[in-house]
Amino acid sequence: MSPVFLIIAFVTLFAAAAAMSLRNLVHCALSLVVALAGLAALYLQLDAQFVGFAQILVYVGAVAILIVFAVLLTRSDATPNQAILAPGWIVGIAVSAVVFATLGWAALNSTGLPKEMSPAPVATVKNIGDMLMTQYVLPLEVIGLLLTAALIGAVIIAMKEEPLSNSGRSRSDGASLSKKSEPPHVGSYGSEKEGGGV
Amino acid sequence: MMLEIALELDGRNMFETLDQIFVTLKHQAVGFVPDAWQPLVSALISVALIPLVFATLFAFVTVFERKGIGRIQNRYGPNRVGIPLTKIRLCGFGQFIPDGIKSLTKEDIVPRAADQVVHFLAPVVLLIPVLLAYAVLPMGRNMTAVDLDAGVLFFFAVGGAVELSVFMAGWSSHNKYSLLGAMRAIAQMISYEIPLILSAVTVIMIVGSLKTVDIVAAQNHYTFGLAHWFVFTPWGLAGFILFFIASLAESNRTPFDLPEAESEIIAGYFTEYSGFKFALFFLGEYLGMFAINGLGITLFLGGWTAPFSFLTWGPSYVWFFAKLMALVFAFIWIRATLPRLRMDQLMNFAWKFMLPLSLVNIVAAGVWHFMGHSPLRWVVCTSLIFGAYAILGWGLMHNQKLGKRTYHFAD
Repeated sequence: MSPVFLIIAFVTLFAAAAAMSLRNLVHCALSLVVALAGLAALYLQLDAQFVGFAQILVYVGAVAILIVFAVLLTRSDATPNQAILAPGWIVGIAVSAVVFATLGWAALNSTGLPKEMSPAPVATVKNIGDMLMTQYVLPLEVIGLLLTAALIGAVIIAMKEEPLSNSGRSRSDGASLSKKSEPPHVGSYGSEKEGGGV
Repeated sequence: MMLEIALELDGRNMFETLDQIFVTLKHQAVGFVPDAWQPLVSALISVALIPLVFATLFAFVTVFERKGIGRIQNRYGPNRVGIPLTKIRLCGFGQFIPDGIKSLTKEDIVPRAADQVVHFLAPVVLLIPVLLAYAVLPMGRNMTAVDLDAGVLFFFAVGGAVELSVFMAGWSSHNKYSLLGAMRAIAQMISYEIPLILSAVTVIMIVGSLKTVDIVAAQNHYTFGLAHWFVFTPWGLAGFILFFIASLAESNRTPFDLPEAESEIIAGYFTEYSGFKFALFFLGEYLGMFAINGLGITLFLGGWTAPFSFLTWGPSYVWFFAKLMALVFAFIWIRATLPRLRMDQLMNFAWKFMLPLSLVNIVAAGVWHFMGHSPLRWVVCTSLIFGAYAILGWGLMHNQKLGKRTYHFAD
C-alpha cells in the first residue's frame, strides 16, 4: 500500500463519515463531495484517467450541485435537534460487521475467483471509445434511451398543467378587465413592444 | 511527462533556440539537482511558473481592462500610478501595485451569521480547480505541464468544481443577495457548459484524441501558406463562435454578468467578501477567463502555431500569448459595448438557440469527416450550419413582435 493510497483512502473515509454524521445538511452534502472526489483520486491512482475525470465531471460537477439545490429548495435552514445516531446503532454496527466478515470469508475461500491478479488492461480513452462503439454499443444505446425517457419524464412532471378551457377564458377575461381598470401607466420608459428576443 | 524531450542545441538555428529557451533553461536548472530529485524539481518548476505567469498577466489585464473600457467610454482610465517612489508614470500601468496592497491590508470582515468554515473555504475551492486547468494547456512547443491522455476532459472536469465554490460562497454568507447571485451563477454555468462542451466535441471528433498536444499538432499544417486551424472550416467557425459565447457566460462576463449584477444584487455571490478574499475571487474569475480562452485557442485557433507559414519563425509561446491577449481584448471590448441580458433571454439563448446549433454543428463535423477531401464538403457543411441558423433564428424571432423602441421622455 503506497502512502498516496493511504492518504486518499483516509480522506475519503473521513469525509464519508462526516457526510453521515454532521448536523447541517449542506455540510453533509459538501463532505459527500469530498468523498466523491476522493473516489475519483483513487481511480486516478489506479491509472484509470477516463473514469476518474468522468467521476469528477458527473459527481462533483453535476450531482453535488443537484444535491445542494435539492437541500436548499426543500428544507428550512434550521438544523435538526434530535440525535444523529439511531438508538440501536451498536447493534447495527455489529450486524454489518458480521455480514462483512461472512462475505469476506466466503470470498477468500471460494474457488471460483482467480487467485493471481490478471494483468492490468490498457485503458486509454481511445480504447474505451472503441469498445463503447463496437462491443458495448447496445448497452450504451439502452442507457441513452433510458436517460432520454427520464429527461422527458422530468420535464412533464415540472410542466404546468394546462388550465381547462373554460376557466382559462374566464381568467383571461379577468386579466383584461383588470388591465383596463388600471390607470394609464405614464411613467413607463419603454413601449409595450419591448418583448424579449432570444 | 513534462518537457522531457532532450534538446540538441548545436546545429539548430537561432529561432529554434529562442523558441525552446524556457525548456532549455528548465532542463539546465533540473540538471543541477541529484537524479532522485529531478522529477520532483521538474514538476515543481512547471507548477510554480503557472501561477507566477498568469497572476502577473492578471495584474496587467486589470489595468488594461480599466484603461480599455475608459477609452471606449470616452474617459480616462487609471493614468497616474507608475513605478513607486519615482516620477515615471508608465501610462498608469503601475496601478495594480496599490490595488494589491490595498486588498492585502484591508480588514477581512466575516459576517457574524456566516458559516465560518465554508465561507473561508469558498475562495480556496475556486482558485484550486482554476489553476489545475492550466496543467493541460499547451502554451508553446513542448510547453505543456502535464500531457494527459484525457486532457480536454480533465479541463472540463476541474471546471465543474467552480460551480461548487460559487454555491459555497453564496450559501455560507447568509445573505439574500449572495444566495440569489449564486443561484443565478450556477443556473447560468450549467446551462452554458452544455454548448461549451458540445462545441468542443467537434474538434475531438475530427482529431480523434482528447490530448491537447495532439489537437495542436493536428492544426500545425499549412496549405498555400495558411494554417490548418479548425476555425477556418465551416464547423470550426461555428464551433468557435459558440465556444466563445459560452466561455463569456462561463467566466461571468458582460453581457452574461447577471450573477454579479451590481445594480440588482450588489455583487452577487461574493457580496460578503472583503479584503484579500475578494481579491481571490477577482483573481479566480480572471484566471478562469484566461484558462478557458487558452482552451479555445488550443481547440480552434491552432494553439501555439503561427497563422501563416512565413511567420513560423516566431517563438511558439509568443503566438499563444498573442492569441490569448487578442481574445481577452475581445472580452473587454464586448464588456464595454453590450448591456446585460435579462434572465429569460439568457436561458432562452442557451437552451433554444445554442444547444440545437451545437448539436447540428456536431452533425456537420461528422459530414465533413466522412466526405473526405472533396470540395463539395465545404458547400454541404456550410449550408447545413447556415440552414440550422436561419431556421432557428426565424423560429425564435418571428412571433416576438420586435419593433422600434419608442421612448416617452428621451425624445
